[in-house]
Amino acid sequence: MTLLKRGLSRRRVLQTGMAGIIGTGIAPMVFTKGAWAQEFCNNPTGDTVTIGLNLPLTGAYAEEGADEQKAYELAIAHLNGEGDGGLISVLTPTALTGKGILGKKVAFVTSDSQTKSDVARAGATRMIERDGAIMITGGSSSGEAIAVQGLCQELGVIFMAGLTHSNDTTGKDKRRYGFRHFFNAYQSGIGLGPILGQEYGTDRRAYHLTADYTWGWTQEESMKAATEALGWQTAEAVRTPLGAADFSQYLTPVLNSGADVLILNHYGNDMVNSLTQAIQFGMRDREANGKTFEIVVPLFSELMAKGAGENIKGIFGTSNWHWNLQDPGSIAFTKSFGAAYGSPPSQAAHTAYVQTLLYADAVERAGTFYPPEVIKALEGHEFDGMGNGRTLYRAEDHQCMKSILVVRGNENPTSEYDVLNVVQEVDREATTYDPAIFGGDLGPAEPVPLCA
Amino acid sequence: MFEVIFLQFLNGLDKGAAYALIALGLTLVFGTLGVVNFAHGALFMLGAFCAVLFRQLLTMETVTIDPTQLSPWGQPLEVRAPLVQAWFGDFGAVLVNYSVPASIIITIPIMLVVGIALERGIIKHFYKRPHAEQILVTFGLAIVAQEVIKSFFGPNPIPQPMPTDLRGAADIGAWLGMQANVITYPIWRLVYFLFAGVIIGAVFAFLQFTTFGMVVRAGMADRETVGLLGINIDRRFTIMFGLAAVVAGVAGVMYTPLLPPNYHIGMDFLVLSFVVVVVGGMGSLPGAVAAGFLLGILQSFASMTQVKALIPGIDQIIIYLVAVVILLVLPRGLFGRRGVMEA
Repeated sequence: MTLLKRGLSRRRVLQTGMAGIIGTGIAPMVFTKGAWAQEFCNNPTGDTVTIGLNLPLTGAYAEEGADEQKAYELAIAHLNGEGDGGLISVLTPTALTGKGILGKKVAFVTSDSQTKSDVARAGATRMIERDGAIMITGGSSSGEAIAVQGLCQELGVIFMAGLTHSNDTTGKDKRRYGFRHFFNAYQSGIGLGPILGQEYGTDRRAYHLTADYTWGWTQEESMKAATEALGWQTAEAVRTPLGAADFSQYLTPVLNSGADVLILNHYGNDMVNSLTQAIQFGMRDREANGKTFEIVVPLFSELMAKGAGENIKGIFGTSNWHWNLQDPGSIAFTKSFGAAYGSPPSQAAHTAYVQTLLYADAVERAGTFYPPEVIKALEGHEFDGMGNGRTLYRAEDHQCMKSILVVRGNENPTSEYDVLNVVQEVDREATTYDPAIFGGDLGPAEPVPLCA
Repeated sequence: MFEVIFLQFLNGLDKGAAYALIALGLTLVFGTLGVVNFAHGALFMLGAFCAVLFRQLLTMETVTIDPTQLSPWGQPLEVRAPLVQAWFGDFGAVLVNYSVPASIIITIPIMLVVGIALERGIIKHFYKRPHAEQILVTFGLAIVAQEVIKSFFGPNPIPQPMPTDLRGAADIGAWLGMQANVITYPIWRLVYFLFAGVIIGAVFAFLQFTTFGMVVRAGMADRETVGLLGINIDRRFTIMFGLAAVVAGVAGVMYTPLLPPNYHIGMDFLVLSFVVVVVGGMGSLPGAVAAGFLLGILQSFASMTQVKALIPGIDQIIIYLVAVVILLVLPRGLFGRRGVMEA
């Protein structure tokens, strides 16, 4: 009553009270608009931003890992404004400036995944928790990619997959925080099927040797579907352990199985070994069912082709990209990589490079490193100039929809790198499929978990 | 069906010969020196890299840069000319073609020196130490050898082509008077099988029919008594370690066309050869050979689709499964002697 007597009316008290409530309750919401930017895993606060490169530098896919590392280092140099700028000037649309990402210089840490899923996961954990990596990228095995993208979903860190070809990566095991530029086994089947029918006819019996893990299973499934649709029969589908080295005990049963085509669902060193040993068994000199015995390698790599030497000649397969494509993006990347390392890039290097640029571009467009905003910037984003024509980062499964290549081992190579010929470029419309066929659930982008 | 079983059996013999050859040196060292040598796989790997080194020397090139031409990736074109062919003409070309078998010439002295240096430099200090310590030190040596090779040759496999005359498959069915192209088998695998047979036979003959071998066998049976006769048994055992290194090395050389070697190739074979030695009986040479063939044949048959259909995944565990069963029934292995590793 005393206060009221001094001139403070009841109305004034209520007004002051309301202002206090507004001041203490609402104002923080206004002033901390964007405060989520401080509350996510490894939000970069200094002048640099760190990317974690999770690479198979040893093990069955070591060659791919080594080439990926070169590409990542090149991409990071280009993002920081060093070198010739590579594909930055060719990417359309682009928000890249050549001054790092959001003005921060890009740094990197690496970890050798040894081509093992558990080691890859442990390496990614270390790079996120100890080294403060804002984004993880790399890998040349789908087992690794699936393990690492699961981890990244748990920790709220974006994973830009390197070479991974299993349908599961963006199918049943897809994750909101995982993105894949590389094509998949299903798309290999779509591309390769018609060519195989055209070259080898519709009356064939195929024998599959398949790497016994997620990629091999989906590759086998996709190739079976593609070849059986042509009218081919499947004689046998045999699983072989990853890194088996000696495949002779799996190759001997092929000889008298009644098959006239051997489909090697192997990659990396496994591919080099199984193909080399199949040739040693005289499979390409055989006849079966009155036809010439053929070998098919659904997923080719020029590094692998180089390791397999002349054994690769005339063999059909598919590829995500090849250095001798003549679009401006491919020419620019091949030139930039060649100038830096003295050899043309592999498809593993290409996808690694492109993924790094796409992440940086998405951050620039989002204006923040906050993962849910970067995810929004990547989902449904359409771009061109990276060597595969107009490409869509599909929102439903985070799989890039783009053209792919059917390739064949070069019969007359002019250099050690000139091992594959592009037989056909299968366009994006043909390789686009319904994402629902592989199921899976991307999961949420928010709330963003805190990694430490 | 006969062809299928015959081929699988042949494959088993081929695999078994490789396993026996690799395990032979391991069991030789254990039988003579009583050392469980976990660096044996590394010796196999070093042998394989002798072949790589030899080929690299034979295929050295002169590189001239042609600034008037550019490669598709924008670099001045490198024009390469082989050096050995330029020096030796056709003989040089033959030497390059046969680089793998020819590299045995340099592998034998290199591996002998490596083996003797290893034994005199490090392993002899561990003779009286527990087996666990021997395993640790030799395993450490294996890792060091791996890393050294990795630093010089890189982590990736380096393909070693077999001689052109020995490529492709031999028509064994036709040799046996059967229909052509029914039973065919890679020529180089047959060469490896014969090579393994010759080496194994030579080691047995050396131990059985030479005075040196007789002394070594006596030393294996009773080292102290042989020493009391005034014979320097330690020196002979050192030479045996060198011999084991040579056997492992040449086994590695001849395996390179089948499996491009990388720094890790020895570790891939170490576990396998150790299982072969244990199944055969520690220190038993006939045991290692018998177990090598037994496991090779079983592994080959376990990989048949008919067998895998009955027991999925059996091809990947058969060797270890058989090892468990044999050790349960015969704790000393197939040819194990009483008292070995039982103290």
